[in-house]
Amino acid sequence: MTKVLMKGNEAVGAAAIAAGCRYFFGYPITPQNEIPEYMSRELGKVGGVFVQAESEVAAINMVYGAAGSGARVMTSSSSPGIALKQEGISYIAGAELPCVIVDMMRGGPGLGSIQPAQGDYFLATRGGGNGDYRMIVLAPADVQELVDLVIEGFDLADIYRTPVMILGDGMIGQMMEPVEFKTEANKELPEKDWATVGTGGKRKPNVINSLYLQAEDLENHNIKLQAKFAKIRENEKRVEKYNIENADIVLTAYGTTSRIAKTAISKLEKEGYKVGLIRPISLYPFPNEAYEEINEDAKGVLTIEMSSGQMIDDVRLSLNGKLPTYFYGRTGGMVPSPEEIVNKVKEILGGDK
Amino acid sequence: MEERIIIAGFGGQGVMAMGQLLTYSGMVEEKNVSWLPSYGPEMRGGTANCNVTISSDPVGSPVVVEATTAIVLNKPSLDKFETSVVTGGNLLINTSLIDRKSNRDDLNVYYIPANEIAIELGNVRIANMVMLGAYIEITKAISVDSVYKAFEKVFGESKAHLLPINKQALEKGAEAVKSLVNA
Repeated sequence: MTKVLMKGNEAVGAAAIAAGCRYFFGYPITPQNEIPEYMSRELGKVGGVFVQAESEVAAINMVYGAAGSGARVMTSSSSPGIALKQEGISYIAGAELPCVIVDMMRGGPGLGSIQPAQGDYFLATRGGGNGDYRMIVLAPADVQELVDLVIEGFDLADIYRTPVMILGDGMIGQMMEPVEFKTEANKELPEKDWATVGTGGKRKPNVINSLYLQAEDLENHNIKLQAKFAKIRENEKRVEKYNIENADIVLTAYGTTSRIAKTAISKLEKEGYKVGLIRPISLYPFPNEAYEEINEDAKGVLTIEMSSGQMIDDVRLSLNGKLPTYFYGRTGGMVPSPEEIVNKVKEILGGDK
Repeated sequence: MEERIIIAGFGGQGVMAMGQLLTYSGMVEEKNVSWLPSYGPEMRGGTANCNVTISSDPVGSPVVVEATTAIVLNKPSLDKFETSVVTGGNLLINTSLIDRKSNRDDLNVYYIPANEIAIELGNVRIANMVMLGAYIEITKAISVDSVYKAFEKVFGESKAHLLPINKQALEKGAEAVKSLVNA
């Protein structure tokens, strides 16, 4: 396949259609508007359906309906819009339906700004809606990985019957990079025998629901859900590691921030510092084992986020007190510079190389 | 090899398109590339800019903070990005719209009357291509043939008939700096 230069947001749309997504329901918000724009233009050409809903709440419930009928369906938004979708996401997780949700994060809280940020980590990984649920959360660092994870996200959603969130930010949504669409066969996918597609008079009706009025029934349902989340934790951790066995300090960051960390690392290496990197690609399940592999003589782990510190909670849980943790973050749509990270590393190491 | 470029001007001068063309040309040459636009809350007629990276290695941060080249098409852009270029880097100034000299004495500064050159060619809207032609002549970061290859991909078939005048603009831009580059 030849490469094409694509904006992250458009690449999301192209990847979704390549993955067989034929239904998109959304509501506009910057900085992800090119996703619904692309889908409105392209879905009709492949016999799909695009609806600009009257609100985010309506859009996510349309996703709920389409997913219930077994269709490959996607919605996208940015932080405040994703906040509005939480009720529906909880229902979809409770009813065990597959779908892909894209969040191109912007500054918050509230309406915030339109610039890139990473303040939705808690919302995405803890379950921003009510109840005991988790969903798979994938954080791409470049446009090619964005394409690959959207395509894989649809498969994971089907395999585990779960919503999958692609957690990007305004930067990856707006930037252009070369991408290619790999035409690999899908994973072996389970049959959607639970979908509400009509019984043909041959079986009992399937019911899509998240309401269990009997406490015993709901507890059993929760036990089943937790077993599924355990299986996801066992099978679906994804992480990039660099030089963590020899590093004096390890940086950890996800998404676009990890690229700024990489630039900082190459600057520090030129000055003789030994710096490693752990880049979680799956944020849920969090790749905690990677942090156990860090050189035990390292001076610590520096978490870098475009937030006031959210992923650092998972880093601390993973390290379990084994190494000191440090944090550097920018908020509100400000992007940390490699130089700021270099200075923070030098401050921590106190001039030791 | 890594070129980190800031291209800036006001909305309508074609800085985004110029950046995309440059990025696509880098991709044609199988280099690692990224293009990052500013998408802030700008006023109409306000500044627009984009960051382009062309590298032999995978691109780290797509945000250009230590630019190897800044191409500025209007005065607010010179004021804003003059300090963003590393020592020894290139600063390309569109003198048609910028009436001051650079305050930096540690850069290779090129003064190019891009609008005048474009008007002479018959279309002020190709001033961006004049600047791009100058940039390629100065840095040789990509070949001008790659730009021709990228042109239709970026601008679509409907604009293919504009390639000849854009070629002229690239050539004129290169000519404008040739004596300085080879000096």
